[in-house]
Amino acid sequence: MVEKPAYPANGCTLSAAQIETNFSDLHKPLSATQAISAADSCIYCYDAPCINACPTSIDIPTFIHQIKTANITGSAETILAANIMGGTCARACPTEVLCEQACVRNHTGEEPVQIGALQRYAVDHLMAKDAPHPFSRAKDSGKHIAIIGAGPAGLSCAHRAAMLGHDVTIFEAKAKPGGLNEYGLAAYKMADNYAQREVEFLLDIGGITLEYGQALGQQVSLKDLQTRFDAVFIGVGLGDANTLNLPGNTLPGVENAITFIENLRQSEDKSELSIGSNVVVIGGGNTAIDAAIQAKRLGAKHVTLAYRRGEAQMSATDWEVDLARSNGVNIELWASPAALNGSAALESISFDSMIIEGGAYKKKGEIFTLPADQVLVAIGQTLSTSELQGLNIEKGKVVVNSRAETSLKGVFAGGDCIASGEDLTVQAVEDGKQAAHAIDQYLSANSETRA
Amino acid sequence: MSDLSCTIAGIKSINPFWLASAPPTDKQYNVERAFEAGWAGVVWKTLGENPPVVNVSSRYGVHKDRNQSVMGINNIELISDRSLEVNLREIEDVRRKWPDRVIIGSMMAPIDEQAWKELAIKIANSGVHGIELNLGCPHGMCERGMGSAIGQVPELVEQTTRWVREVVDIPVFTKLTPNITNILVPAEAAMKGGAHAVSLINTVNSIVSVDLDAMAPTPIVDNKGTHGGYCGAAVKPIALNMVAEIARAEDIQGMEISAIGGIETWRDAAEFIALGASGLQVCTAAMLYGFRIIDDMTAGLSQFMKEKGYRTLDDFRGKAIANTVDWNQLNMNFDTKAFIDKDSCIECGRCHIACEDTAHQAIVIGDKGDGRRDFTVDNDECVGCNLCALVCPVPECIEMRPVDNGLPPLTWPEHPANI
Repeated sequence: MVEKPAYPANGCTLSAAQIETNFSDLHKPLSATQAISAADSCIYCYDAPCINACPTSIDIPTFIHQIKTANITGSAETILAANIMGGTCARACPTEVLCEQACVRNHTGEEPVQIGALQRYAVDHLMAKDAPHPFSRAKDSGKHIAIIGAGPAGLSCAHRAAMLGHDVTIFEAKAKPGGLNEYGLAAYKMADNYAQREVEFLLDIGGITLEYGQALGQQVSLKDLQTRFDAVFIGVGLGDANTLNLPGNTLPGVENAITFIENLRQSEDKSELSIGSNVVVIGGGNTAIDAAIQAKRLGAKHVTLAYRRGEAQMSATDWEVDLARSNGVNIELWASPAALNGSAALESISFDSMIIEGGAYKKKGEIFTLPADQVLVAIGQTLSTSELQGLNIEKGKVVVNSRAETSLKGVFAGGDCIASGEDLTVQAVEDGKQAAHAIDQYLSANSETRA
Repeated sequence: MSDLSCTIAGIKSINPFWLASAPPTDKQYNVERAFEAGWAGVVWKTLGENPPVVNVSSRYGVHKDRNQSVMGINNIELISDRSLEVNLREIEDVRRKWPDRVIIGSMMAPIDEQAWKELAIKIANSGVHGIELNLGCPHGMCERGMGSAIGQVPELVEQTTRWVREVVDIPVFTKLTPNITNILVPAEAAMKGGAHAVSLINTVNSIVSVDLDAMAPTPIVDNKGTHGGYCGAAVKPIALNMVAEIARAEDIQGMEISAIGGIETWRDAAEFIALGASGLQVCTAAMLYGFRIIDDMTAGLSQFMKEKGYRTLDDFRGKAIANTVDWNQLNMNFDTKAFIDKDSCIECGRCHIACEDTAHQAIVIGDKGDGRRDFTVDNDECVGCNLCALVCPVPECIEMRPVDNGLPPLTWPEHPANI
């Protein structure tokens, strides 16, 4: 159920209260009655396709069965045992292309089980209880692991490594933990400071130290960490945002969507953020969608999402594209940015109309221009490689083997900085978890302790 | 609309649906609402001698399935807690206002000839169509020597029935308790005592749940609970069997049956009639949904009869009795196999895991590629147990198909291993 947001009307801007409502939970949490009803539609499949569709292999039929038996804490533990960030994934996962797409209910033309909403119901139940952390640590191994980056991959790796008995220090460049959970996901998906609450919950396992303002290549170096720690995990994500290589791209009003969302997420009072009247978002992925919807919900009068190819080629899921449309975002397809126009500040953006001919994308030879006082660029992020000297990097990703090992001994990597699959929180959590097990095996194989 | 009228122990009824003696028939207000809704009759809540009993607060417990649907209710309420005179006055009034509807007076008394006879006469004088002897309540009243305390002793069943027969000239229904080992014994006793019909089943003795915080059985009365009478959909299978046992017993042929036990829908009703019931009594379904359920009970039964070409209830009454046999009369050479319709299969794997873990390892998982799988029955291993078809969530996806193995019918008494 998507809440109806408020938009500016009759030339008025949105009130602070309207904006606050616009950025509250996109989906209201399930009530107990709704949860029971939703859980009832699960067939409790054997060797269920939804489990296979989840990158972290959460035992979905079991956790839903546990909701049915009123063992909701046990349900949350089933989820978190596979995915310690099950709370964020329940909010942010594109379930429509993962677990819920695999639900067998789809085969009969029914709605799939609301797996994401049920997962949130169970995890929220556990986190709302003033209960001890559900997982305990194995006997102290005497080993100490350095983790670079407190995003989903690093935090997941840290939690699992701590469970396995190792001590962990996480080096984080920013002032807060959470990575994209804190800085990158749309605000209405992570309402009520959820990213920080989840990190606090996760750290309750003990044995994890976080150091902020520690950027790789500046305050810390890979070489130094290799000598000081028994193993190193790199979970730095994709640090560089791609820019439009066009005239006018330095005009005031041209901004990267990543920065836009980060500022929005970190803002205490969103009504104080400035937003254009005519906002154009460039890109076809979920970041572009998130930026467009949030611009609209901040009060932009007109928001256009322009993508150089067709809807079928967009990497955003159908559900996300529909969400953008229902939020009043105009979607302009086959539009490739040609120029950013303006003198002192951005005034408009011109596009080449594109066509596909014989499988090749071509300019049609027609240019059109949209008024724009703000352009948000969401055309992908790339790995920032300058601090990763000595690591084997291919196609913009850190190369790892099946044991998450990089080309450097004792250095592991996971999350968006490796080529493990979609750049999704849930995949990063899985990478971090698997890397922790690989590090554990590596450390026990190299049992001689650091001198 | 098919003709749903019927005659039960000589009493004409506009349809076979009566409300059983229970809270819904406690007083005039409820009974008149039931008649307005279309119920053909009521068995008034059991009357006893004065002074009336006193009921406790907190009276019902519940047994739900995982989908939160009520499977059964357990009650610890006793008989009518209003004075006999008030009840009889109301019965007279309702009889006058609703001449085409049936009222049966339910009664119980301690084992004392005079008590039974005096009470039966008073009730009969109120104008009821018949009297039902409550020999079944398994809680409370039995501790005072009534209800199931009488129903569990065949000699007392016969005795009380006879006492009532001796003083009234209206039909007598003896209501049987299921809390016995063989229902035929009290049924025969009722027949010997002269009952025109038996009503069954009364509630099943039960504890429906234990409150794990209070550590007491539910319903809880000031931190304590007691066993009660279980009723509703969950007891229907027990009732169907007991009705069938009586219907096909040679010694008590002709005994009419007023069937009770988990009747919630027209289909339940049709099943009891097919096993020989003359009339039906309903309670729990009305308590759960209100008297309006009568609408579909009559409409559904009527529709069923129209589709099957039955003009009256008598056209199919008892039709399933001849097919209800002892195990020894089953054909051991009959063979049926599961067949899975792959087009409607949703690949949930429930049939596989049920068969693999708990039956005969007869359902094989195949890899269709692309993450898809299919399920195939290995006919050599399938014994035709039905388990896969029962657990399958898709209607008609798994069909049990009889297979011709060329063997003649063979029962266990004829089987070589038994000769």
